[in-house]
Amino acid sequence: MTSEWGAENLYVSYGKIVALDGVSLSAPPGQVTAVVGGDGAGKSTLLRCLAGALAPDSGIVRRPDKHRLGYLPASSGIYPDLTVAENLDFRAVGYGMPARLARERAAEYLERAGLTSAAGRLAGQLSGGMRQKLAVIAAMLHHPELVVLDEPTTGVDPVSRSGLWWLIARAAAEGCAIVMATTYLDEAERCSSVLVLDGGTMIASGTAEDIVAAMPGSLRPAVAKPDGDAARRAWRRAGQWRVWDPGGAKAGQGERQGGDPITPDLQDAVTVAALAWGGAA
Amino acid sequence: MWAMIVKEFRQVRRDRRTLAMMIVLPVLLLVVLGYAASFDVKTITVAASGPQAGSVASILRAPFDVTRTAPDRGPSWARDQLRDGKADVAVVTGGARPHVLIDGSQLFSAKAALAALAEMQQRAPSGPGGTGLHPTVTVLYNPGLKTSNIMIPGLCGVVLVFVGTIITSLGVVRERQTGTLEQLAVMPLKPRDVFLGKIVPYFLVAAVDLAIVLAVGITIFGVPFHGSPATFGLGALLFLFVTLGIGVLISSVSQNQGQAIQLAVMTLLPQVLLSGLIFPLSSIAAGVRWIAYFLPLTYFNQISRGVMLRAEPITALWQPFVFLALLGVIVVTGATLRFRSYLAPAARERRPRKAAVQAQGAGA
Repeated sequence: MTSEWGAENLYVSYGKIVALDGVSLSAPPGQVTAVVGGDGAGKSTLLRCLAGALAPDSGIVRRPDKHRLGYLPASSGIYPDLTVAENLDFRAVGYGMPARLARERAAEYLERAGLTSAAGRLAGQLSGGMRQKLAVIAAMLHHPELVVLDEPTTGVDPVSRSGLWWLIARAAAEGCAIVMATTYLDEAERCSSVLVLDGGTMIASGTAEDIVAAMPGSLRPAVAKPDGDAARRAWRRAGQWRVWDPGGAKAGQGERQGGDPITPDLQDAVTVAALAWGGAA
Repeated sequence: MWAMIVKEFRQVRRDRRTLAMMIVLPVLLLVVLGYAASFDVKTITVAASGPQAGSVASILRAPFDVTRTAPDRGPSWARDQLRDGKADVAVVTGGARPHVLIDGSQLFSAKAALAALAEMQQRAPSGPGGTGLHPTVTVLYNPGLKTSNIMIPGLCGVVLVFVGTIITSLGVVRERQTGTLEQLAVMPLKPRDVFLGKIVPYFLVAAVDLAIVLAVGITIFGVPFHGSPATFGLGALLFLFVTLGIGVLISSVSQNQGQAIQLAVMTLLPQVLLSGLIFPLSSIAAGVRWIAYFLPLTYFNQISRGVMLRAEPITALWQPFVFLALLGVIVVTGATLRFRSYLAPAARERRPRKAAVQAQGAGA
């Protein structure tokens, strides 16, 4: 097994639009790597390159051969007019799995995901969360070395999300390298490392703690949206305004200026990274 | 309501293909059909055999056109000319009265020939010199001149076009719409296997369809099947090969099922109207007729009518077979290449542009 899958210095453009601009990513075995970013940040493009569905203009992709790679595209890749069992059967045959092993593993995964009773239902009739769980199971059924999941939890209810996380964590525990795109930063915090994309560019990477620690300046609370230049550095979260001060001291350091500095979390650090990248500093 | 009207216009404007269907297609169809829509037979080709074969040309006037004469050949040669589609009418001389054989599988030519012969007999007085004016007439291959006999062999082809082109294009484009084509691209499947796996089921369905249509045509409509089933089967196989390829080609340039249907209809209409199925090829104006030679149904029509009605052997049908095979190779190669580009994204060896590299540097 190769020690680390991933990509180096990927560059992808669609016509004049640069979708990925020198993006690198490591996916160590047994770890979950999160790719976060807003709409159009380049998450799906990066994952498609990693999975081999898209060839980059330049850069290096390290991935196992197709038999040892699992991929969940943004569209879920599930046939809506096949049943749950038929979808998994198609995947198992496609990956050349022995029939008995495929049956046993499918039964186990369906059981753990709470989908056993839905095995005979058409995938198109499943709820969004059930369909995503099926898609994740299908991507992992053949025990790949690298699993690439494009927003597996988007639009999924909290209960189904925990079910999905059980599947993901178990695959990682078995030594699988997992790369998943997500828009939920609480999920990204649970991952071993995080890559933050904005406009096709890496604006932060590392563990969630590293990214938070590397956040420049400080955050302060405000009762109302500030005026002037500071308005560009303010956002509302949990009922109050937060203002980023690029030159300010971090929480617990320096002098007080208009309120106690807020101890930032990953969500704050990613927001600040995007502001800094956008020139709000 | 105004908001809805504006919205619809905006949507239609962006969907160029629908716009083309709405504006260009009716004009195109009218022009093409205007030239194509003709049952009038202006020329009836004639082959003459027997001792007086040479004089037949001087007796028969337009619309007859004596293109082949063989004074030293007999009735079997004349029949072969009709069977192999080399002439519409054959005149056998040498007997007490000339014997005119008419190819009933060329329905409109046959009707025109009968009418022209009757007119000639009415005009010319009978007498010792009027050798050609009191012939015995035999209509071969479709003696009752039944329309169903010539339509059903052609309709077999239309059924195959329907299944082959429309259904196949929908099946493949559905993979793209549901996003499963991307899933297939990363699975350990060879593009060739995916391609064949996609079309083989439709191939089998089309083959069953064909058998049903043939059985219905033969049992209910009494259409004869005089020729070799193997020759017919080979023709159908080649024809299916082309139509399935067109289906995949259509799906590869369509983003959704609506677009696929539009394109498939655009290929189906000219095939129905210009292939000789309805209007005889010889009646279609030359300015439009050339289109027919790019349509697979034109060749399948020739094969199916030739085999079913005239028992035409494969040696006489080599031209439609060769053209069908040629069309098949072109279409299937194009379809495979398009399909492969989706399933095996080739590495694009382009270097990053300078501006983008600078932007990367600025962000680092």
